[in-house]
Amino acid sequence: MSIDEARSAIVRGEIRPLELVIALFERIDALEERVGAYVSLTRENALSRARQAEDDLKQNAGKALTGIPLAIKDNICTEGIKTTCSSKILENFIPPYESSVTQRLKSEGYILIGKTNLDEFAMGSSTENSAFGLTKNPWDFERVPGGSSGGSAAAVASDECIAALGSDTGGSIRQPAAFCGVVGLKPTYGRVSRYGLVAFASSLDQIGPITKNVRDSAILMNIISGHDPYDSTSADMPASDFTSGLGQEIKGLKIGIPKEYFIEGLDKEVENSVKEAIKKLESLGGIPVEISLPHTEYAVAAYYILATSEASSNLARYDGVKYGLRSDGEDLIDMYMRTRDEGFGAEVKRRIILGTYALSSGYYDAYYKKAQQVRTLIKEDFEKAFENVDVIVTPTTPTPAFKIGEKIEDPLQMYLTDIFTLSVNLAGVPGISIPCGFTSRNLPVGLQIIGKHFDEESILKVAYAYEQATDWHKKKPNI
Amino acid sequence: MQYEAVIGLEIHAQLLTDTKIFCGCSTRFGSEPNTQTCPVCIGMPGVLPVMNEKAIGYVVKTGLALNCEIPSLSRFARKNYFYPDLPKGYQISQYELPLCGEGYIEISVNNSRKKIGLTRIHLEEDAGKNIHEGGGNESLVDLNRAGVPLMEIVTEPDIRSPGEAVEFMKKLRSIVRYICVCDGNMEEGSLRCDANVSIRPVGEAELGVKTEIKNLNSFRFVEKALDYEIRRQVKALNDGVRIIQETRLWNPEKSITESMRSKEEAHDYRYFPDPDLVPIELDKSWIEEIKEGIGELPDARRERFIKEYNLPEQDADLLTAEKAVAEWFEQAVKSGGDPKTASNWIKGDLAKLLNEENRQISESLLTPKHLVEMLALIDKGTISGKIAKTVFEEMYKTGKDADAIVKEKCLVQISDEAGIEKIVDEILNNNPEEVERFRAGEAKLMGFFVGQVMKETKGKANPKIVNELLREKLS
Repeated sequence: MSIDEARSAIVRGEIRPLELVIALFERIDALEERVGAYVSLTRENALSRARQAEDDLKQNAGKALTGIPLAIKDNICTEGIKTTCSSKILENFIPPYESSVTQRLKSEGYILIGKTNLDEFAMGSSTENSAFGLTKNPWDFERVPGGSSGGSAAAVASDECIAALGSDTGGSIRQPAAFCGVVGLKPTYGRVSRYGLVAFASSLDQIGPITKNVRDSAILMNIISGHDPYDSTSADMPASDFTSGLGQEIKGLKIGIPKEYFIEGLDKEVENSVKEAIKKLESLGGIPVEISLPHTEYAVAAYYILATSEASSNLARYDGVKYGLRSDGEDLIDMYMRTRDEGFGAEVKRRIILGTYALSSGYYDAYYKKAQQVRTLIKEDFEKAFENVDVIVTPTTPTPAFKIGEKIEDPLQMYLTDIFTLSVNLAGVPGISIPCGFTSRNLPVGLQIIGKHFDEESILKVAYAYEQATDWHKKKPNI
Repeated sequence: MQYEAVIGLEIHAQLLTDTKIFCGCSTRFGSEPNTQTCPVCIGMPGVLPVMNEKAIGYVVKTGLALNCEIPSLSRFARKNYFYPDLPKGYQISQYELPLCGEGYIEISVNNSRKKIGLTRIHLEEDAGKNIHEGGGNESLVDLNRAGVPLMEIVTEPDIRSPGEAVEFMKKLRSIVRYICVCDGNMEEGSLRCDANVSIRPVGEAELGVKTEIKNLNSFRFVEKALDYEIRRQVKALNDGVRIIQETRLWNPEKSITESMRSKEEAHDYRYFPDPDLVPIELDKSWIEEIKEGIGELPDARRERFIKEYNLPEQDADLLTAEKAVAEWFEQAVKSGGDPKTASNWIKGDLAKLLNEENRQISESLLTPKHLVEMLALIDKGTISGKIAKTVFEEMYKTGKDADAIVKEKCLVQISDEAGIEKIVDEILNNNPEEVERFRAGEAKLMGFFVGQVMKETKGKANPKIVNELLREKLS
């Protein structure tokens, strides 16, 4: 059931919020052992919120999300509810404040079902880097759901929630959405407040919706976007109605196809699905235009310098002094070292070390500064391309979901799974992944649609047009 | 060999904003530990800084008052290091693109003016405080101060002696207090100073190896620590010992500087632009607005006092060092007081009384109007200059006006000639021996007779009349 459907059913009195929540928990209880989407469930809280929703509905029609159960990635702070980032270092951390996005969802009456699993501190592409267990791909339990928002994507795909929020630093919403056959949107940098999102790489992080269809994505965007005085990097722009463009024709729309994204290493079945999708868009009136994003090949290197540099600083606060894990030490330095050694997992340590190195005196110019220059060039690539096209279409990932354990020992191979998504974060533009087919092994394939800065409307419009013309989003995993 | 010292200062000044730099917490000093904190200033996961615009305005105001360039673009950076009083594991500061560029302050050195160059002024957040008490194995952290806006002022190595350094600090303190951006309280740590010191043979252009001295929290310590450090370095060179680049700490108990860490042990702060804060673009009209709000600065006021009130330079210096003192003085003059007389009372009796109680002029019960009324009583002959000192002290203590005190304490001067003459005659009659000696040429006995009359009249006799009568009768 989508947000749109659930909302209509509630308003028409066909289903009560309490029934909906109970039904969801029944499904979670039946599936969670195999899926592992959640770090923690907020059962009691959800039931009382559902009762509250029913009371509210007796008074009036409720708000946009009254009675709608959603899942939230566990790196988004929820007041009084454990927020762990899937890290041992925050295993028992209960935020005394609410993130701006969940505050907005609350104001619209949403019901929190639980906090979803992720790669520790959102660092990873498979959700295997969680301190609290694996999340599995609902389409094939031997495979990863993608990451880092793997828990959110798996929960949506397996109907363990109506929709979810994730966060995307280099593809962490779009890549798991593609792997799990759902819709994931990474908004323009600055569109959605980061206040309360535990920072991984501040200049790249952005919260976005993971949903069962494009309309739900637009509905959640309407609620979570907009200026927030608590986030200086949030854009002070007038509110948009992201649903208003849904259903509009895409006739005459120019669709850029970057040649750098159709390269060796791209899975044949993925390539075929994406090419079919482009044909479908053409049949709907879109005009494919081959374009070039010439600096694409430098994106992975630049990204891993910038993201790790920021991370090395962002994660310095987990020192055992104020909150979270504190390991005993012989003195201050020893306490710091033991706490961080025991509290952080291997991938987080790897990135802290990389970032610390990149920022070190004597290396700054060669690494951090150079990477910033590359970032500017990548941004300019997109700006130039968008002078001639309205949206850009690419595969979301080079391959479908891979097997658990397949890449975890090989960081470089793992990093390359984000090769088609992280340029979008470097440029700060919005991108959405929607289902566009299945491989012969019945694994979902994702189509990425990229838009201009603050032009989520166009990518939602194209995504919706495509979704209306296809049935991929209606397919469910057989679980 | 003759050496000269080369000194540069780094001054940290807490800004007088009501709230912290990135959150709404109070900046008040002296509250219970950790009562002025919130998720933002204690560095909770996921929180973000929001710039306090007032703090930016204060730094720009300081820059304008110190003749600094104000660039149109400024940026914040993270300074990364681990310490328990630093909640985020980095301090938000500035590295490239500080709020203010080069400027200068003029100080007086041996009766001439000297410009001390400023390299830059930037804005940053203060850290909290570690508290080590109970002697146990534990330390406590108070984060009330974490996030208080701090301005760092860096000078060029233009200072040549401890005395110049103190002059500089006094001038800087005077200016930041004039423009109300910092209370300049060195004891409470709202104005702190580190010094970079090196020495070189006189005439040599190249700089020697420098040391940095921390923890100079009073003018006296600035002078003593620099004095010690220069002598230490001279002795080292004379003894053929190499000076190493290091950070040294002033130990006020032992009155020496002690090695804290060497250059090799220095932190690599890994500065990089803070992605949570957007670059600051300073609007020209805003800068103009700030400029207009600065008002008259100490030097300009000093010049004006000399011209307008015909005051000696020394008086003007003393009166203008503190804005509140200068304003007190001008109010007295505006209410009809003679400038030089008012100045004498301010730098004399008033300064003494304030000093005794370690009070500011703003806290004084005695107002400029009180002083002027009292001066009028002297002019009218109602009280003598000597009695005035008693009246002045009483006004200072009670805040009552001069008239009331004079009446209450019966301090009205006796100017009645016949009455005084009676007493004079009596004194002369009772002291025939002294009268004899005086007439024989012992002129200094005049003081004795005056003293006797004053004693008899409890100091209220008009001294002019007393003197005249005595001279008349003794001749």
